[in-house]
Amino acid sequence: MKMPWTKLRELGIVGMNQRNADFIMPYNQRKYYPLVDNKLLTKARAIKRGIPVPKLYCSIELEHQIAHLPGILEKHDDFVIKPANGSGGNGIMVIAGKTPGGYFRKANDALISISDIKHHVSNILSGMYSLGGDNDSCIVEYRVKFDPCFEHVSYKGVPDLRIIVFRGVPVFAMVRLPTRQSDGRANLHQGAVGAGIDLATGKTIRGVMSSRPIDIHPDTGTPVSNLEIPYWSRILHLAASCYDLAPLGYLGVDIVLDRELGPMMLELNARPGLAIQIANKQGLAPILRYAEKVGTIPKDPAARVELGLIIREAVLGKPAVTP
Amino acid sequence: MKRTKIYMIALILFLISGSFMYYKVTKLGMPLIPSQQSDVWVVEAKLQFQAGGGPAKASFYIPNDPPGFVKLNEDFISSNYGLATNPAGENRKAEWAVRRAKGKQVLYYRMELTPDSSAPAPRTTPRPGYPQAPEHDDTMQAAIDALLNDVRAHSADVATFTRELLTRLNNPKPDQNISLINKVGYGSVEWVRQLIGILATARIPARIVYVLPLQDLVKHGQLVPWIEVHNDFEWIAFDPVTGQQGFRDNILVWRTGDDPLVTIHGGKPATVDFSMSRQTHSQVDVAEQWARQSNAKVMEFSLFALPVQTQNVYRIILMVPLGALVIVVLRNLIGLATFGTFMPVLVAMAFRETSLMWGIVMFTTLVTVGLLLRQFLEKLHLLLVPRLAAVLTIVIMLIAVFSIISVRLDMERGLSVALFPVVILAMTIERMSIVLEETGSKEAFKLGLGSMIAAIIGYLVMTNGLLAHLFFVFPELLLAVLGLTMLVGRYTGYRLMELWRFRGLMKDADKP
Repeated sequence: MKMPWTKLRELGIVGMNQRNADFIMPYNQRKYYPLVDNKLLTKARAIKRGIPVPKLYCSIELEHQIAHLPGILEKHDDFVIKPANGSGGNGIMVIAGKTPGGYFRKANDALISISDIKHHVSNILSGMYSLGGDNDSCIVEYRVKFDPCFEHVSYKGVPDLRIIVFRGVPVFAMVRLPTRQSDGRANLHQGAVGAGIDLATGKTIRGVMSSRPIDIHPDTGTPVSNLEIPYWSRILHLAASCYDLAPLGYLGVDIVLDRELGPMMLELNARPGLAIQIANKQGLAPILRYAEKVGTIPKDPAARVELGLIIREAVLGKPAVTP
Repeated sequence: MKRTKIYMIALILFLISGSFMYYKVTKLGMPLIPSQQSDVWVVEAKLQFQAGGGPAKASFYIPNDPPGFVKLNEDFISSNYGLATNPAGENRKAEWAVRRAKGKQVLYYRMELTPDSSAPAPRTTPRPGYPQAPEHDDTMQAAIDALLNDVRAHSADVATFTRELLTRLNNPKPDQNISLINKVGYGSVEWVRQLIGILATARIPARIVYVLPLQDLVKHGQLVPWIEVHNDFEWIAFDPVTGQQGFRDNILVWRTGDDPLVTIHGGKPATVDFSMSRQTHSQVDVAEQWARQSNAKVMEFSLFALPVQTQNVYRIILMVPLGALVIVVLRNLIGLATFGTFMPVLVAMAFRETSLMWGIVMFTTLVTVGLLLRQFLEKLHLLLVPRLAAVLTIVIMLIAVFSIISVRLDMERGLSVALFPVVILAMTIERMSIVLEETGSKEAFKLGLGSMIAAIIGYLVMTNGLLAHLFFVFPELLLAVLGLTMLVGRYTGYRLMELWRFRGLMKDADKP
């Protein structure tokens, strides 16, 4: 009889303590955190390097700027409002459309008035969603119209891809699919479905919801395994090049697929979570340990994508056979 | 490399703390466990008076190092009064003052005492002069002279003289002289004063001492006058009724001298009631007793050298790192999620004041009501900081209501509600409501429950009698706590909760 922790260790599962002590602390320098924690800054740097991001409509830094909000919002039918320093997807308000009566329709079909939006923006500015409660700024940006490939496997909300980039090398990927339980959020611990992706083929392996493996999406009834992610090589390239804009050794890159504009970087994360292991049915440790030993990491993102595939093959053997 | 360094540092810390402890236990005889069977007397004095509406001041004599006892603890429960304790000659005075007081005022003084087994130091100060013989009318003078001559013939020194005098005065079948002298009741204050007068006639300095006879479960005790005579070396105490010499075990010396026990400015004269009870404490601090009796140099630099009130503060403060260690273990080894990092420790400290059950009841009620009110405030679209301030105000009002209700229902616990850390409560409510809105009630409930569990465990650890004793007597244990914290800081294994989280993967691995 093996002890449970021995079993996990053999599976190469990385726990929270190990993630913090062995990967985040040595590879992520504190001074680069603002580059990913402040989404305005991330966006500006991404644009400079030609990395596609959702278009910024406006940013609001001061309380009195809220007065100009109606004028700005008039030009756009749909948009997303979020805190620049938010964490865990908190404080994000998605407006999907407008009603003739002057009301705004949220992604979950609830109607809200302009004063509700103003109140939300004011909450953001006063630091309600930022780490430590410091004053924050607010971002109004393009609402991603997600690619039809995900239409049957998500309930409301925007599905996104999470890619773990270790020392600039993409090593792990999953897609997060919103459910009714997650209230349209692509957040796994709120009940979204996560599905691991085989890096080599760009196909989903299997789905996980609340730590339990599932094969079909609970709200749409469509299988979530063996889905082919479009633009896969572009996505990997995009993820690898994000290392150049924020040199964090252990980086989570969140990518969305827009129907017209293709893959776009949504945000970066300096402390990516561990659920990706469940979605991939594979522990992070053997791959990260192998990648740690690689002497020189190539400068070119395309070469790093290649390296990622080589590392995975070296550690896991042949690309996993999808069921 | 890093890991061995941590191990080395932790080892050194353990060694330092261990060797200090070893020295203190073996060479100084410091006890490892708090004494089990010492009696502890809890004496409470209750002052009541009617205040006139303006500034009020009450000054009240309290015991100062009573012979035959070791003071373990003292408390002043005086709600809004300012308090100072000042030495007053042989005695000590508690001075309460308040700017505005109206109606019935109640002040409490409470002390915990344990009998001191060692022989008490002789009471030598102050050295009195020889008293002037008081004037008496002729018949009285003659009676006293006759009595004193008789007593003098049957005694050798001041002590025997006094005992002989008391025996005669207390004779149930008094002769003529004595019935002439004894006009007032035996044992009353006037009688003792008269006794001092008679002793003064014999040029023996004497003074009145007020003592409290300790008796278990007495509700309305009163001070009893005793007499002390000076024999050129020290003051010798006598029970004026029995003539017995020396303070007995159950006699607590409250004060020396004959000034009024309590003086009130800005109010009607006060009534004082004494209540007392005997407990057998497991936490009796033998070490403290020991520290007072012995004169080890190390003790000069120990926490026992601090005044009692400061000691009491340190008794609590020294437990805080232990509470932090509990949080470290719960978060990094167990994986329990809580609101804030050390908020549960602060809540646990609040529980200390309220007792556990009351604390939990109060905390959950206040948080629930606070959350409901905050939901309402949210609808009003207030800005964040004003809303926080509003929640804070409401929480304070709730606590006030709690106190009033508990006093109405005669529940003493209400008094300590005031010490509840209000700001922490308000922040908890605000945080909880944000989590509630953002991630749903399930997550908020999970975090709230986690915080409560952490606070309860923290409370149990921080109020553990044995641990409190050990950390106060051996503060070097904090170094060991530091070492442990560092070791956990390098723990990269799984948290207990992660075994549950990744259970699906384990199940998959079990399948062939």
